[in-house]
Amino acid sequence: MALGLTGYVVFAVLLLTVGVFFMARGKARSSVGGDVRVLHSLPSYYGYNAAMFTAVPALGVMLIWMLAQPMMIENAVFKLIPDRIIEEGSSRGLVMSDVRRVAEGLDVAVAQGALTSDEAASIRSDSTDIRSLLGEVGVALGSTVDSEVLFAAQEYRNQSAGGLFWMSVIVMGLAIVGGSISISVTRAEFRARNVVERGALVLLILAASLAILTTVGIVLSMLFESINFFRLHSWTDFFFGSSWAPNFRGDSDLSILPLLWGTLYISLIALLVAVPIGLFAAIYLSEYASPKVRAAAKPLLEILAGIPTIVYGLFALLTVGPALVRIFGRGDDGLLGVEWMSGATAVLTAGLVMGIMLIPFVSSLSDDIINAVPQSLRDGSFGLGATHSETIRQVVLPAALPGIVGAVLLAASRAIGETMIVVLGAGAIAKFSLNPLEAMTTITTRIVSQLTGDTDFASPETLVAFALGLTLFVLTLGLNVLALYIVRKYREQYE
Amino acid sequence: MTDATTPSAPGITPVSGKGSLLVQDARTRKRNAAEARFKAYGIAAITVGMLMLLILVFNILTRGVGAFQQTFVTLEVQLLEEKLDKKGNRNIEDLKKVSTFGYAPLLRGAFETEIARMGIETDLKPKAMAGLLSAGAPAQLRNLVLSDPDVIGTVQQFEFLASSRVDGYLKGRVSRDSIANDKNISAEQLDLVDHLVTAGAIKKRFNLDFITGADSSDARPEAAGMGVSMLGSFFMMLVVLVLALPIGVAASIYLEEFAPKNWLTDIIEVNISNLAAVPSIVFGILGLAVFINYMHLPTSAPLVGGLVLTLMTLPTIIISTRASLKAVPPSIRDAALGVGASKMQSVFHHVLPLAAPGILTGTIIGLAQALGETAPLLLIGMVGFIASNPPDSIASGLLDPNSAMPAQIYEWAKRADPAFYERAWGGIIILLLFLITMNTIAVILRRRFERRW
Repeated sequence: MALGLTGYVVFAVLLLTVGVFFMARGKARSSVGGDVRVLHSLPSYYGYNAAMFTAVPALGVMLIWMLAQPMMIENAVFKLIPDRIIEEGSSRGLVMSDVRRVAEGLDVAVAQGALTSDEAASIRSDSTDIRSLLGEVGVALGSTVDSEVLFAAQEYRNQSAGGLFWMSVIVMGLAIVGGSISISVTRAEFRARNVVERGALVLLILAASLAILTTVGIVLSMLFESINFFRLHSWTDFFFGSSWAPNFRGDSDLSILPLLWGTLYISLIALLVAVPIGLFAAIYLSEYASPKVRAAAKPLLEILAGIPTIVYGLFALLTVGPALVRIFGRGDDGLLGVEWMSGATAVLTAGLVMGIMLIPFVSSLSDDIINAVPQSLRDGSFGLGATHSETIRQVVLPAALPGIVGAVLLAASRAIGETMIVVLGAGAIAKFSLNPLEAMTTITTRIVSQLTGDTDFASPETLVAFALGLTLFVLTLGLNVLALYIVRKYREQYE
Repeated sequence: MTDATTPSAPGITPVSGKGSLLVQDARTRKRNAAEARFKAYGIAAITVGMLMLLILVFNILTRGVGAFQQTFVTLEVQLLEEKLDKKGNRNIEDLKKVSTFGYAPLLRGAFETEIARMGIETDLKPKAMAGLLSAGAPAQLRNLVLSDPDVIGTVQQFEFLASSRVDGYLKGRVSRDSIANDKNISAEQLDLVDHLVTAGAIKKRFNLDFITGADSSDARPEAAGMGVSMLGSFFMMLVVLVLALPIGVAASIYLEEFAPKNWLTDIIEVNISNLAAVPSIVFGILGLAVFINYMHLPTSAPLVGGLVLTLMTLPTIIISTRASLKAVPPSIRDAALGVGASKMQSVFHHVLPLAAPGILTGTIIGLAQALGETAPLLLIGMVGFIASNPPDSIASGLLDPNSAMPAQIYEWAKRADPAFYERAWGGIIILLLFLITMNTIAVILRRRFERRW
């Protein structure tokens, strides 16, 4: 229902915009009696000008309104919840989510025709069993509905509907006012092109600022929920505790250290696979390979980077894992006759597959960097009688070293943030262990498991995912900034 | 670089007189051997990389191709009037009262007569025989009867999906050893399957339903398909295309053509390069917190998935668009300005059209990346349910809960029945075909329209 009205408003504004475009263009033409040379700008610029003033302020206000309204209503309704209905072990946030569910449920009931909108507005908790009523239309409630919750829910619905109504009125008003003003200023001497171009520039700037907005959104969304988390759970346990044991009845051990250990261990194995192979591949391709071999091998290797990570995850779970079990496990049936590995998910499984994924990453970055080493350094070395490999080891690689370190850091940041391979291949047990054949878990897998399924945004077990996400973000951001700094500094060296 | 000279600096005696240029001395041999070794390491690294690619592709193909074939059982079923339409008036409302349980006896009867006709001896009860069919077989029968009540009382030939165990037996996944503890199928049933295969009643053939069909419940892996999740992916890509392309191009035009060199531009630039390297799961957290938790957009909706993937794809599109804008020579801009165009006109009328092929290529590659992305979709709830209803309009396609191709593959990989693994590999083949097609189009576009100035 809510989206229906918004949809109509958007449609109406767009229709108006098109209409105003033609009206303004027509007016500009007719104001000079059809002789467009007298106009300051081309006729269509007058149309664009009018369209811009119709659509942009209206849709802009609409967007801001839709972003701000939930927060304001939430705050207003939040205050309506009296302290006494907040039960022991519950929180205001939990009651608030009940309120929201009841409100949504009533809307659904109206939409499905189970209630008329008048009935929904006057419904009373003492006379109707709201829980079973909403259950019939497919909205399940955890407990019976208190009259206070119902009151808050009604208020929530009223304010939402009222907000929506006023938004529609204001947006349509803005569009009409904008359109009529811009048509009324349309005259031969009006500098339409300059206005349109200035407006276009503002839109371009807004588009470019979206990158900042995204970053701010990422940081803020995780920061707020992390602060909520640290209110419920001590930060010393999170950062310095030693065990990870979420328990949805409460009193969980939520410490990042075992997860961090698993993450770093798997990343280390991945880098041990990817860095030597990737580096040697890059050296061969840039220093030895004939142009033909290079043209064939480089894109083939880069296919590995284009394969979605879910494919690698499945490869780890169903191919590499069982293969490793056949080698290191199964007792006497196994290839080595040992019983070191029990399940397909293990640090080694995830590490190896992630290593394969990172090979092209390391190789193409290193390739660029090695190619950026000036030929004069190589020629100098050859001139002194060094062989090709001596030149590479003692001249090219030391010169490229900072860049290669940057590439490895970027690969490490990739490995730490990688999700699908570890979700499918690494397992779910959080522990400190050095054995690569055991299952271990990582930060990203825990984020996935804490945030999928039914989530309750008032419990530390769910909120911890945001703290984990923030840590992951800071970690990868740090590595990226460091790597980019090193690479950039190195590039300048030879330019 | 001084290292290069240290080992050979003082202690080496010059090869005066005694040495020959034609005979290698020990030191030269050693150096040449080191050279050959080093080169061999390089070749080995490339080979390992290629080998991994080969193993991966081979593995996907051998395990996934089976999903495109399915085992079917052909049966002649007598649609008895006394079971399906007791009143005999072919009233559709009365016919609907007969549930799928009412159709199950017909299948048992059909099996009995069929086996008697073929002269196969078996101790199996009719119920166990009907166990060879998919659990969806009675529903298939019922749907046909409801769509055409006139078939009641006649004998019709049907092609039913075989159960996943029978399918696995024909594909070599299930063997007599592996079913020892399996209560879904017995060795006697497999004997019957052997007989029916020789008699031609059980056949394997291409299964279009895997590509176009919907996901199915845990009990019926043989009926699961990719179709609905493909639509989910399609709608997500639509959102990404509609949002990311204009915003990305606008941002690149500003940064490349108009932005003054100041601290704000610097911040934007650094931001974009950092966003390109942020782990995808972080975008999922953003989507969950902002779009679902704060803005209350519907969970599991392709619209939300599309929004999250848009934010993820933007840096890729911006980076490639800027590169193609940069590739347009300044003389084009100067010429436009010279004949009196404004700066904005020179960009939109001349630079942008010339950069369009490059922008399009970058966009397609960005879309391909977004198509394969899974992690953020897990957080906004596009897994964990059965995506069974294809959307019937654009609005429902955007707002109704749906899955996406990679999320569907993940879902299958997580299920307990190994029959779903084959589906997952098959899904990967479909996903990779899409990616290959998109990348090929991008390469062709680049070859065809790229201009060297």
